[in-house]
Amino acid sequence: MATTEILLAGFGGQGILFAGKILAYCGLMDNKELSWLPSYGPEMRGGTCNCSVCISDEPIGSPLVLTPDILVVMNQPSFDKFVKDVKPGGKVFFDSTMIEASTDRTDIELYGIPSQQMADDNALKGGSNIILLGKLLKETEICSLDTMKKAIEKVVPPKKAALIPNNYKAIELGMNA
Amino acid sequence: MERNLMKGNEALAEAAIRAGCKCFFGYPITPQTELAAYMAKRMHKAGGVFLQAESEIAAINMVLGAASTGVRAMTSSSSPGISLKSEGVSYIAGSDLPAVIINVERGGPGLGGIQPSQADYWQATKALGHGDFQLLVYAPASVQEMVDYVVKAFDRADKYRMPAMILADGLLGQMMEPVSFPEINPDAYDKSGWAANGHNNARDHHIINSLYLQPDELERSIIDRYKRYEIIKETETEAELYLTEDCDILLCAFGATARVVKSAVNTAREQGIKAGLFRPKTLWPFPVKEINEAAKNAKALLSVEMSMGQMVDDIKLAINCSKPVEFFGRTGGVIPTPAEVLAEIKRIGGTL
Repeated sequence: MATTEILLAGFGGQGILFAGKILAYCGLMDNKELSWLPSYGPEMRGGTCNCSVCISDEPIGSPLVLTPDILVVMNQPSFDKFVKDVKPGGKVFFDSTMIEASTDRTDIELYGIPSQQMADDNALKGGSNIILLGKLLKETEICSLDTMKKAIEKVVPPKKAALIPNNYKAIELGMNA
Repeated sequence: MERNLMKGNEALAEAAIRAGCKCFFGYPITPQTELAAYMAKRMHKAGGVFLQAESEIAAINMVLGAASTGVRAMTSSSSPGISLKSEGVSYIAGSDLPAVIINVERGGPGLGGIQPSQADYWQATKALGHGDFQLLVYAPASVQEMVDYVVKAFDRADKYRMPAMILADGLLGQMMEPVSFPEINPDAYDKSGWAANGHNNARDHHIINSLYLQPDELERSIIDRYKRYEIIKETETEAELYLTEDCDILLCAFGATARVVKSAVNTAREQGIKAGLFRPKTLWPFPVKEINEAAKNAKALLSVEMSMGQMVDDIKLAINCSKPVEFFGRTGGVIPTPAEVLAEIKRIGGTL
């Protein structure tokens, strides 16, 4: 496998870095090389926020993802900003509750699901990011469901362990969407 | 060995604790704050002291005090904060004390910005404070190397009784990568001959001092120190040579930039351009032997940095200006891209 470059983007507070961390831990669980790089600074405080994740069988060169194979995007400004950078043949996962997918690109695959709405309907407050990860899991070869479940167990802090089943449920919703 | 996923800043802190660091004095500044936060959480459980000082200047002087007693002590900051520490670093060097100083660089000068930079190369390698002295300067390029070089910095600082610096940047500090922690033996050096610790009048006083009012005494102390520096230049240089054996164009880069450059070198090779990478892991001493080995077949060198080209002079001196040394850089917190570096390789490759 060559390097899979993933970019996650949205508003601060939507769980962009958290979702990126889960993907990074998926790489760790599968004994891959990986890197996780957040945007930091003023963007984190309410503005747009993004996170680069690289997963590979080879050592990672630059950890900064400029041309993603996979884009996970949770707000309109980030969709508009990054959709042009996706590699030809790349995949874009986005929340169609928040985003109107207007792009003239025909060389990429768009997977829009109403993840925010689905989270609200299923009492999974803040679960929109994980629902999108479920869809990503279904449509890519990134890792197995088992690996992602283990990654979630690692990333959810011990104090919030009670929320792990909700995350599993969010993954399942995304996979079936 | 178990692989953990950690931020560079956290790995620096954990490695320092495992290396027997007993005193950490710091002051928050982006992008190194996670280091101090990790120390605040872990240090007291590890039997050490974490103290957030009232300023960077206070923190470095606390390091001086702690190091005087023979314990392993460390401080960390980012560029503007390191400038504030410079007086204390000079005193630590003048007092022949071991200490570790971490600089997770951001853009400068002045308050600059908070994004990654390497524009403190000159400060770290030439003049972090007044007077005749040097720091050992390590330039890690991965989270694993953050760990490995903190351990080595504490060891060499003790061995040579001098301050050692980890020169990292915001990108390395903020990124997470898998990391393993080696077995560490922190008590390898006997400090009983000089440490100013409590002894109940069982021996003569040990005096820690950097003031010599007699010029010939001061000169002697400096010359003694420079004899150690000569040994260090002979024995402590480290570098990575990547695809240099047959390279026409030799790229030179350290730290996070070297990762970007390595990606560009790989792409250049795929396109039939014989590019290689020289990555100094010690910035002082500069790996002179190693760069001459790496450059032996190259027609031109290209230094790539997140600065305006602060390493170029060291490269020219190291190879005695025997080949052209070109420069490409981004600064102010902008990270060069592999595509930009590749374009430079082609630009220079075209003139070979």
